Amino acid sequence: MALSRRSMMLGTAATGVAAATLAACTGGSSGGSGGSDGGSGSGEMIFANTTEPENPLVPTNTGEVGGGRVVTSIFAGLVYYTADGKAENDLAESIESDDNQHWTIKIKSGLKFSDDSDLTAQSFVDAWNFGANAANAQLGQYFFEPIEGYADLSKEDVAADAKLPGLEVVDDTTFTVQLVSAQSDFPNRLGYSAYMPLPASAFDDIEAFGEKPVSNGPYMVDSWTHDKEIVLVPNPNYDGPRKAKNSGITFVVYDSDETMYNDLLADNVDVIDQIPTSQLQNFESDLGDRAVNDPGAVFQSFTLPGYDSNFEGEAGALRREAISRAIDRKSICDSLFFGTRTPATDFVAPVIPGGGATDIEGADVLEFDEAKAKDLWAQAEAKSPFKGPLTLAYNADGPHADWVEAVCNSLKNTLGIEANPTPFPAFGEMREQIRARKLMGTWRSGWQADYPSMYNFLGPLYGSGAADGNGSNDGDYKNPEFDQLLSDGLAAESEDEAIKIWKQAEALIMRDLPVVPLWYQNTFGGYSSLVSNVEYGWDTVPLYYEITK
Amino acid sequence: MIWYIVRRLLQMIPVFLGATLIVYLLAFAASGDPILTLAGDKPISPAVEQQLRAQYNLDKPVIIQWLIYLGNVVRLDFGVGFNGRPIADQIAAAFPVTIRLAIIAVIVETVFGVIAGVISGLRKGKLIDTTLLILSLLVIAVPTFVLGFVAQFILGVKLGIAPINVGRDPSWQNLLVPGFVLGAVSFAYVLRLTRTSIAETVGADHVRTATAKGLSRGGVVTKHILRNSLIPVVTFIGADLGALMGGAIVTESIFNIPGVGTLLFRSINAGEAPMIVSLVTLLVIIFLLSNLIVDLLYAVLDPRIRYAK
Repeated sequence: MALSRRSMMLGTAATGVAAATLAACTGGSSGGSGGSDGGSGSGEMIFANTTEPENPLVPTNTGEVGGGRVVTSIFAGLVYYTADGKAENDLAESIESDDNQHWTIKIKSGLKFSDDSDLTAQSFVDAWNFGANAANAQLGQYFFEPIEGYADLSKEDVAADAKLPGLEVVDDTTFTVQLVSAQSDFPNRLGYSAYMPLPASAFDDIEAFGEKPVSNGPYMVDSWTHDKEIVLVPNPNYDGPRKAKNSGITFVVYDSDETMYNDLLADNVDVIDQIPTSQLQNFESDLGDRAVNDPGAVFQSFTLPGYDSNFEGEAGALRREAISRAIDRKSICDSLFFGTRTPATDFVAPVIPGGGATDIEGADVLEFDEAKAKDLWAQAEAKSPFKGPLTLAYNADGPHADWVEAVCNSLKNTLGIEANPTPFPAFGEMREQIRARKLMGTWRSGWQADYPSMYNFLGPLYGSGAADGNGSNDGDYKNPEFDQLLSDGLAAESEDEAIKIWKQAEALIMRDLPVVPLWYQNTFGGYSSLVSNVEYGWDTVPLYYEITK
Repeated sequence: MIWYIVRRLLQMIPVFLGATLIVYLLAFAASGDPILTLAGDKPISPAVEQQLRAQYNLDKPVIIQWLIYLGNVVRLDFGVGFNGRPIADQIAAAFPVTIRLAIIAVIVETVFGVIAGVISGLRKGKLIDTTLLILSLLVIAVPTFVLGFVAQFILGVKLGIAPINVGRDPSWQNLLVPGFVLGAVSFAYVLRLTRTSIAETVGADHVRTATAKGLSRGGVVTKHILRNSLIPVVTFIGADLGALMGGAIVTESIFNIPGVGTLLFRSINAGEAPMIVSLVTLLVIIFLLSNLIVDLLYAVLDPRIRYAK
């Protein structure tokens, strides 16, 4: 690459003595690997940002975005997601059910993994059984929850070879899935990485497999130099809707957002999906047309736990509404985030079908209204005085300090109460407190969907089944009426019907405010002057296979 | 002399034990529940959680965890990180990078610092002395990250003569700019130390005698002034080597260098105690070794210092 040749010139020119000594020590470590040939794609290799995957590249064990973007590039599941969050068939021929509970899945015939081994219905069933069995300790294990038999596989002393009774292979291209209960959005789930198929060879040594997986998606791993880069080349055995339009992807590991951004300015990296906080103000003017700032799939809020006596009963309800109305979301989004956040109008991010709705009943509680907020707070005080100060906890190892401060100031100024940001040094520490239900006051909460469905923003966060430590309903919100609407939606005839029912469910939490919605995080990033056809997926990750260079 | 070295090396054993224990306790106390950090915002079923805890020995008391760790380290097994890679491999990948970076920084601060310090010390009060002093003041006053970002932006983005992302290929050439940035502050200190020390020695009796004997100016400066002035400078550089290795985190993060600082930062965030302890212990050992070398150098620089048994 030109880059290292030029930098070598600097080495000799800049410093007489030092460079001469150093040059003698230089080994053969020159230049990046550049474009690796092979594969069926056309055009050039594109460069994209990532962080070092936190786990080996095993689909059921990859939940974070650094490994996730690689896994979804090298594996293909039954369905894939279009840019606007619609699930379309990838390997599946059909996914059908009469009752939303018993599903028959047919896959295309003649499918192969990158090592030419056959991909059959068994490849799916084996992979799902592996992921669902707690003995394998996969982080994506919870994702198999809807399938019959999940509960037994989640017991602490589960046998290593136990399987999901809800899965049955009919023939090479057909298998059936029995769910615990009806779920109309089940097909929507199937594009998530946990549901990818695995070749039989994977299970011999899953860790070794994860270092260089045999895969079935648009790309396959060519090399993975830890902490530096992951090079993917097109997989000649993949012939689906996501076929690569470039000759590969080099994922460059960036620990520093600033370096990544500077590399983009110098066209050293082609597409990034993160902008450093320091550049939020000017990235759109720096990059012009090549800046991306669209609605995203992340919902941010803060939780007012049901077990804090301040937020209980009638006074609690008034207080929740007062707090929500006391926050000037728009001015925080504009002045602090420079328009890379969008004020929330509901509980579901806007890229999700049905999300970002502006017609939820009672949504005016999300509007800034100083007089009304003061009035509601006074009414609450009259019923039962607030035992303050109000605290808003956050983890200081993430970029939260600024907005937490701003929200607290908003509360202070509007309600005239003491509101204090409460930092925890590490995310794990805050989780520990929340899980033990020891954290009183409020805390920041957020949700990035695993798959594009309204249900994923509602069920796991506010459903009674996920309360009391059984899921992510950390504030222990329980409302039978809400639960009923959730399951009605799951049993609905069509997606439109389901969305209509879930919007009614949203109206309930809009009234009860188990969390105070703040804003949706946009998809923001940018691309270099060398590439075209850049589009970002519903999950804020670019659709790499479409990019041409 | 040999006995002295052996004794010093033996002293490192209790330091090693103490450092690992203290760091283990701190790592355990500081970073919250590592398994919950691993799961992030997502739910984790109790069975999976228990499996993971057992896998990383997190279900045992801290002291037992530490003893298991020590037992493994004696057999040179540092364990496996949360990312499934052996800790020894990760450290082996990160250390050479940081060592290269630190060596460049030390060369920069020593060569430039001593030369500038000598010039400054010999021309005390002259224009060049004042200029160098102001320069060093500037370097000390500007924080490393500002210097780093400016260097990256001007040399990398604007001029395109240095790599922006050093991490993809942390070779000697590519590490030059980060090395200069890392060594800059110490350069200023070395300059000032050398200057003061030289200025003192210039007026000393033995220097006047040497000059009176008719030695050349160069001979007087190198043999009589410089050698005698270097003890405080060597002390500083020796201690600085350890500090540069552990303290390179800012420079490493600006240039995206996958070195010790980056690894340490990541493992502290993840609450990965075995990794934190291994890294910190290695840094402690490097610190002790560089101090030992400094002590031995005293004897070379000043014949009056001798190490007996």
